[in-house]
Amino acid sequence: MRLLRIVPDDTKFDFMQFRRISFPISAVLSILAIGLYFFHGLNFGIDFKGGLLMEVQSKTPTADLSTMRTTLSGLGLGEVQLQQFGGPSNVLVRIAEQPGGDAAQQAAVQKVRGALGDSVEYRRVEVVGPRVSSELLSYGVVGLGLAILGILIYLWFRFEWQFALGAMIANVHDIVLTIGFMSITQIDFDLTSIAALLTILGYSLNDTVVIYDRIREMLRRYKKMPMAELLNASVNQTLSRSVITHVTVTLALLALLLFGGQAIHSFAATMTFGVVLVGTYTSIFIAAPILIYLGVGRGTDALTGPESGKSK
Amino acid sequence: MLYFTRWKAAGIVLTALVVCLFAVPNFFPEATVNSWPKWAQRHLVLGLDLQGGSHILLEVDTNAVRKDKLETTRDDVRRVLRDARVGYTGLVVRGNSVEVRLRDEAASATALTKLRELAVPLGGILGGSGQMSLNVTTEAGNLIRLTVGDAAILDRVRQSVEQSIQIIERRVNELGTVEPLIQRQGTDRILVQVPGLQDPTRLKELLGKTAKLDFRMVDIGTPVEQALQGRAPPEDDLLYSSTAPKTPYLIEKRVLVSGAELTDAQPGFDQRTSEPIVSFRFNTAGSRKFAQATQENVGKPFAIVLDNEVISAPVIREPILGGSGQISGSFTVQSANDLSILLRAGALPAPLTIIEERTVGPGLGADSIAKGKMSSYVGAGLVIVFMLATYGIFGLFANIAVAINVAMIFGVLSLLNATLTLPGIAGVVLTVGIAVDSNVLIYERIREEVRAGRSPINAIDAGFSRALATILDSNITTFIAAAVLFYIGTGPVRGFAVTLGIGIITTVFTAFTVTRLIVATWVRWRRPQHVPI
Repeated sequence: MRLLRIVPDDTKFDFMQFRRISFPISAVLSILAIGLYFFHGLNFGIDFKGGLLMEVQSKTPTADLSTMRTTLSGLGLGEVQLQQFGGPSNVLVRIAEQPGGDAAQQAAVQKVRGALGDSVEYRRVEVVGPRVSSELLSYGVVGLGLAILGILIYLWFRFEWQFALGAMIANVHDIVLTIGFMSITQIDFDLTSIAALLTILGYSLNDTVVIYDRIREMLRRYKKMPMAELLNASVNQTLSRSVITHVTVTLALLALLLFGGQAIHSFAATMTFGVVLVGTYTSIFIAAPILIYLGVGRGTDALTGPESGKSK
Repeated sequence: MLYFTRWKAAGIVLTALVVCLFAVPNFFPEATVNSWPKWAQRHLVLGLDLQGGSHILLEVDTNAVRKDKLETTRDDVRRVLRDARVGYTGLVVRGNSVEVRLRDEAASATALTKLRELAVPLGGILGGSGQMSLNVTTEAGNLIRLTVGDAAILDRVRQSVEQSIQIIERRVNELGTVEPLIQRQGTDRILVQVPGLQDPTRLKELLGKTAKLDFRMVDIGTPVEQALQGRAPPEDDLLYSSTAPKTPYLIEKRVLVSGAELTDAQPGFDQRTSEPIVSFRFNTAGSRKFAQATQENVGKPFAIVLDNEVISAPVIREPILGGSGQISGSFTVQSANDLSILLRAGALPAPLTIIEERTVGPGLGADSIAKGKMSSYVGAGLVIVFMLATYGIFGLFANIAVAINVAMIFGVLSLLNATLTLPGIAGVVLTVGIAVDSNVLIYERIREEVRAGRSPINAIDAGFSRALATILDSNITTFIAAAVLFYIGTGPVRGFAVTLGIGIITTVFTAFTVTRLIVATWVRWRRPQHVPI
C-alpha cells in the first residue's frame, strides 16, 4: 500500500527569508486587531455583561418571531433581542441586565416566563447578576495572564530566556489576532471563549516548543552553522510533523464545528481560527525567525539544557 | 528503548487495563451498577448541561447580617443597662456601632464592665483568632460606643452560610429530586445544583424565602391612617397583607411566639370552608407563651407575619391552650404545601439573593448528548482513516494507542466521579486530535533516522528516545493552560479543563508505554528489514 505523504522528504523552504514579509504582515494585522478591539469591540456575552438569556423552542414548527417580539417588548425590560438559533422553531432571547441589582434580574425572568407562558419549551435559561459577571470577567483576564506567565516561567526554566521571550511574543500575537477575529465575527465573548483562547495558547505553544526543541538540538550539534540556515533546517525538518498534526487537529475540530451543535459552535469556530490558521503560521513564521533578533546564545553554558547529556 | 523486561511489560498492560476497566460501569444501567461492590460503582456524572437541571448561586445578604447584628446589640445594651439599673438618655445605631449616652457619668465604670461582657471571642473558644465580637470604648465621659468589626460580621456571615446550607438541604429534599448538590462557595455564597428540573420557579421560590414567621399583636390603639402619614408609634411596624389588595396593618414589634418554636407544620383543608390551610404545632415553651398571650388578649386581633408580610390577622376568640393551630390566608394547595415545607425546614438566618442561575431543560440536554456523540464518532473516524492512510501499519498502532487513551480518559474520569459536560466532550475530541500528535512526533523522527542511514531497529529506537523529550515538553505547556482553566472556570468550562488535563496525562502515558510496547512487540515478532512508514 502506498502511504499518503503530504510533505515531501527533505524540503528546503527558506522560511527565514519570508520573515521580511511575515513580520510586517503580522504587525499590521495585530494593530488592526487591537484597533478592532477598541473601536469595534467584542460582543460580550451574558457571562461578562450580565443579563438574561433564554433559549426557547416554540411548540409550533416555526417560531413566530414578530409576535414574540411584540409580546416581550411590551414588558418594559429594555431592548429585547431575538434570534433564530439552530432550527426554525428555536429562538434565543437576550435581555440586557436590568437596573436594580440581582433581584431585578430574577423579576425579569418571571415576567418573560409569564408572557410566553406555555407556548414554548424553555430549553435553557441563564441569568447572571451584575456582581457575578464582573467577577467572571476579572477571573477570565487574570486566568489568561496567569497562564501566559506560567508557561513563560516553564519555558525559561527548560530553555533559555530568548526562547521563552520568543514563544511569548508568538503567543500574544496569537491571542491578539484571535481577539480580532472575535471582534469581526461578533461571536459571543464569554467564558467558553476564554477556554478557547487558553486552548489556542496551549496548542500554539505545543507547536512552537516542538520546533524550539529541534532548534536547541541543532544548536548543540552544529556549532558553526549560520543562525538563519540553522533555523531554516529546523523548521524544514519538523515541517512534516507540523502539517500532519495540524491535519488531525483540524479533522477533530471540523467534526466539532459541523456536528457539535449550536452550544459549542462559537467555541469550535474560534478554535479552528486560532489553532488551524494562526497557530501553525505563528510557530513557523514568527516564533522561529524571531530568535534571529533575540540573539540566542551559542556559548556552551547556554546550551547545556537538561537534555544535553542524552543527545548523543 | 525497545527492550522491556517481562515484569515491566506486564505492569504497563495491567495499568492500562485497570484504568480502562474503571470506565465499564458507564455502559451499564444505574440499577445494575448499584448491585456491584462499592469500589466498582464509580462512574461519570453527566453535567447539568447534558442531563438538564438548575444551577443556582445564592449569596448571603451581608448588609442584612450587619443590620441584624447591630439591632441585636442595641437590644442587648438596653437589657444590660436596665438590669444594671444604669440610666441613659440616648441609644442609637450609628454606622458600624451602637452608641449609648449615660445619664450619669459616675455609672460609666459599672456600665463599661457590664457591656464588655457582651463581647465574645470570635471563632468559638477553640481556634479563636483572639478578636472579639464587639469593641467597647468610652468617649467624653458618658458616651459609650460598641463597635461591630468587619471580622465579627464575616464570622456571622460564615455562620449564616453554614446554617443556611442545612436549611436549604431540608427544603430541597422536599422537592424529591435525585442527588441535589448544595455546597458553600467562597465565604458568603451557596451553590445549589438540582438535576432534572423542568421548571426551577418552585425551587427558586423555596430558596428565596427567608421564612421568618412571627406571631405578633395588632396595635388597635392607633389608627392605621396615622401610620400611613408617617407617624407610626416607635414600638410598631407598618406592614401589609401578603395578598392583593395590600391592606396596611400596624403590628407591634414585640414577638409573642416565633417560628423557631414550631415543631411541625402540615398542609391540610379547613373542615368548614374546605380551603387549603397550614396547621402547626408549637414546642412546649412555644405552647406556653402562645397560651398566655391568647388568654390575655381574647377579643383582640393578632397577626401571623411571614417575612414582614401579614398572612392573616384573626381575632382571638378564645385562649388557645393546646399548642397547635392553623393558618388560613387565601392559600392554594401548592402555596399551603410550600409554606409548610418552609416552616418545617426553619427560617434562614439571613436573606439569600439569587445572583446567578443557569437552567437547562431536559430536551436540550438530550440534544447535546446526541450532538456530542455524533461529533466524537465523526472526529475519531476521520482521524483514524487519516492515520491509516499516512502511516499504514504504524497508523494502526497509533489508532490502537489512541483508543486505549480515550478508554483511559473515561476510566480516570469515572474513578474521580468527574462531571462530563458538553465542552468536556469537546475536550475528549480534541485530545484524540493531539494524542495522535505524540505518535506523529515519534514516527516522523523514525523516518528522519531512517533517512540518516540507520538500521530499522536503530532508527525506531532513536526515534522513540528523541521524540519522547519533545512530547513531554510540548504537553506540559498545554497542561499549564488546562490547569489555569480548571482554577478559574466553573461548570461546563471546568469540565473541559478536566478532560483536557486528564487527556494530556493519559496521552503522555500511552506515548511512553503503550505505543512503545506495541512497536517493540511488533519489531520482535517481524524483525523488519525496512521501516514501513
